[in-house]
Amino acid sequence: MTTRSEIIMRLGGEGGEGVISAGDFFAQGSARTGYHLFTFRTYPAEIKGGHAWYQVRVGPNPVRSMGDGVDVLVAFNAEAYFNHKDTLNPDGVLIYDPDTVTPAGGHKTVYPIPFNKIAKDELNFFRGKNMVVTGAIAGLFGLEPSSLEGLIKQRFHRRPELLEQNLRALYNGYDFARKKLEKQDPFYLGEPATRVARLVLSGNDAIVAGALFAGCRYYAGYPITPASEILEGMAKELPKLGGVSLQAEDEIASIGSVIGASFAGAKAMTATSGPGLALMTEFLGYAGMSETPCVIVDAQRSGPSTGMPTKLEQGDLNHSLYAGHGDFPRAVIAPGSVGDCFFQIINAFNMAERYQLPVIFLSDQSLSHRTEAVTMPDLGKIKVTDRLQPSAADLKNSHFQRYRLTASGISPMSVPGTPGGMYVAPGLEHDELGHVDNPLESHLKMMPKRQAKVEACRQEASRDCCARYGDPDAKIGLIGWGSTEGAIQEAVDRARAAGHKVAALHPKVVYPLPFEEIQRFVDSVSHVIVPEVNFSGQFARYLRTEVDVHPIRVNKYAGLPFMPREIYRKIEEVANHA
Amino acid sequence: MPETMAQLITLAPKDFRSEVKPTWCPGCGDFGVLSATYKALADLHLKREEVVVVSGIGCSSRFPYFLSTYGMHTLHGRALPVATGIKLTRPDLTVLAAGGDGDLFSIGAGHTPHAAARNIDICVLNMDNQTYGLTKAQASPTSLLGHKSKSTPYGVIAQPMNPVLLALAAGASFVARGYSARPKLLTDMIKAGITHKGFAFIHTQSPCVEFHNTFEYYDQRVEEVPADHNPRDLEAAMRLALHPDKFYVGIIYQNERPTFEITAHEFEQEVRPFDGAAYLSQFA
Repeated sequence: MTTRSEIIMRLGGEGGEGVISAGDFFAQGSARTGYHLFTFRTYPAEIKGGHAWYQVRVGPNPVRSMGDGVDVLVAFNAEAYFNHKDTLNPDGVLIYDPDTVTPAGGHKTVYPIPFNKIAKDELNFFRGKNMVVTGAIAGLFGLEPSSLEGLIKQRFHRRPELLEQNLRALYNGYDFARKKLEKQDPFYLGEPATRVARLVLSGNDAIVAGALFAGCRYYAGYPITPASEILEGMAKELPKLGGVSLQAEDEIASIGSVIGASFAGAKAMTATSGPGLALMTEFLGYAGMSETPCVIVDAQRSGPSTGMPTKLEQGDLNHSLYAGHGDFPRAVIAPGSVGDCFFQIINAFNMAERYQLPVIFLSDQSLSHRTEAVTMPDLGKIKVTDRLQPSAADLKNSHFQRYRLTASGISPMSVPGTPGGMYVAPGLEHDELGHVDNPLESHLKMMPKRQAKVEACRQEASRDCCARYGDPDAKIGLIGWGSTEGAIQEAVDRARAAGHKVAALHPKVVYPLPFEEIQRFVDSVSHVIVPEVNFSGQFARYLRTEVDVHPIRVNKYAGLPFMPREIYRKIEEVANHA
Repeated sequence: MPETMAQLITLAPKDFRSEVKPTWCPGCGDFGVLSATYKALADLHLKREEVVVVSGIGCSSRFPYFLSTYGMHTLHGRALPVATGIKLTRPDLTVLAAGGDGDLFSIGAGHTPHAAARNIDICVLNMDNQTYGLTKAQASPTSLLGHKSKSTPYGVIAQPMNPVLLALAAGASFVARGYSARPKLLTDMIKAGITHKGFAFIHTQSPCVEFHNTFEYYDQRVEEVPADHNPRDLEAAMRLALHPDKFYVGIIYQNERPTFEITAHEFEQEVRPFDGAAYLSQFA
């Protein structure tokens, strides 16, 4: 039997019984051993109860999506078994508690482990059930318990009694797997090819880190799933850096205070999800009109309305592109992976500051909460941009031209406290001084001035956003946006391995769209497939307005990310029809 | 000459006036508030570039355009959140927020109690004319019961909001009342409000001569806060606010406590630059 060192493991159970922490421990332990990983979690909107599950894919080579199906299913209870048994691959492994469920049969490998009995009767520590499971999967799939011990010590170092109980549960589960089960499956991690130190972080962690690196020193937000961790991270970190984080009374106040902070000279950000972005809409127009830089993270979740707050959907593209009355400049950036969140949030700040406009950063639930192992970025190579300051000459005039007409549309922005730089940031149409008394005449000049910034922004986006992935002479092209990047790339890899000529394009700046580059890509292939996690194909429709293209849509709206095979099947279908 | 004297800036009230002519109707109560503000800023020896005036939408919210300071003319109801962001970023600046009864007690009513409870050091100039002037005479949240307007042709059914009582209840650490027709007292209130360390709420009856001229009504009811009133006594302050006939002007309540922006900047004694590599290594 050939050993397989890439494993997709799913753990399911009742919310609150430690399903997610068991998965997390296994994932962290693997990462510390040098494996690549990609986790995905979903849990009920309720705090306790309801069905929760966690998936981790680990392997010695980079993993960029949640993968296809499940190799190992760990069912904490009967519901988990029945909910997930059909995702188990034909050669998969089922781990279950014989006291809670009797499997239907037909599974290649089964390992019954009485987690509940072990925790309750042998350990007299029922809450340690998840640690018994952690130990057992470590034992079965070749993870050294010492790599987990350090993590458990970190978690419980303040509570020695709990630490001791948890360690006992871990080793009990480990020993059970080693001594009482006979290994019958090929999945085994063992020693990785290379041991490289990697960072294991979530998209929300990466957004906080990137924002701080970009110079963000003011944050305001209102708690909302799945963006709350950004508020919590900023609240913890900003005071150390001389910045401020405000938990505002609502999302309108959040973005309002962010715009105020930016006017006062700070790089400023807020984060929310769809419902909060809806509330912020009026302020987007004010930021655009008054040319005040700001960054708005929208961690998209499944809508409409309250929708499915803990589930994934790429459903806010239309809102981000078009929200607001009147025409005003903005940028919309969508990161492709957890690591990309770090780089793209810096890009978002750079664009906001350089072009003095609101930038919407379209993350989503899967990026927010999944973790990936990423290599330490080369921080010295990352550029950070600041807004254009007035020169001494600009401030000498008795009337500061905050909205001076320039070719690029960018005018110098003074900071309160600067003598000679006084102006009023207007929501009304205004002239170069910010005066509002000749709106009609001003409108004719200022509308093109503001929109010129969008074109400048598009030029920049065109320069560095569109790396083509796959065959240079592809017949089939895929165009995606946001968190689907990894699944698309893995589907391309598989299609190429199967002999198809395929390439993918994944613009990170989705507005202003680098349409010339995209048109070139479209013209270079015979068929274009646009996969996205929403019902109506928002990006595909948007592409048709900007580019001459007739995309074949692949849409998923099941609250979950794409598996690569769902995209691959469409590639095959198109290839076979061609 | 002592150093502090040498640094003292002396500007005349007119130096705070911008070249933009107010758009208000002749006789509008807001002129009284604007003149009192020019005078207060000059009397306090403030520098123009160190003052930011933020407003929402409405007649009174045109305020920032008429001053030669920094300013923001934002959205209807949203002056306080914007002012909060400015003050948190730059505690050294003098931040004023100007707004009407609609701004602060209707569309933006959700922000007013939070700014007060945080005790952020902003001086709020609430110009209350009990009507929507800019949209031409609809009822406002402070219109009196039975008030007939174009939007309430059979009379207002809702109880009027009591801005002073609401500010007191929300925890404003300075609450005063003024009247446009008493410019000297109003100047004193604005000076006291700016000088006060914390959230200062100044309610001003600022009649709309065009659609709801209440000068005569308030002339008869305005009375200065009694000399024996203790402004640190919250209950006594609330009794003044609740008086059914008299419209008390003067300092109704004042009790300093730590401000939000100072406390928020004191969580960490030692401020350091961001060390990206060290920060990221926590995820290793």
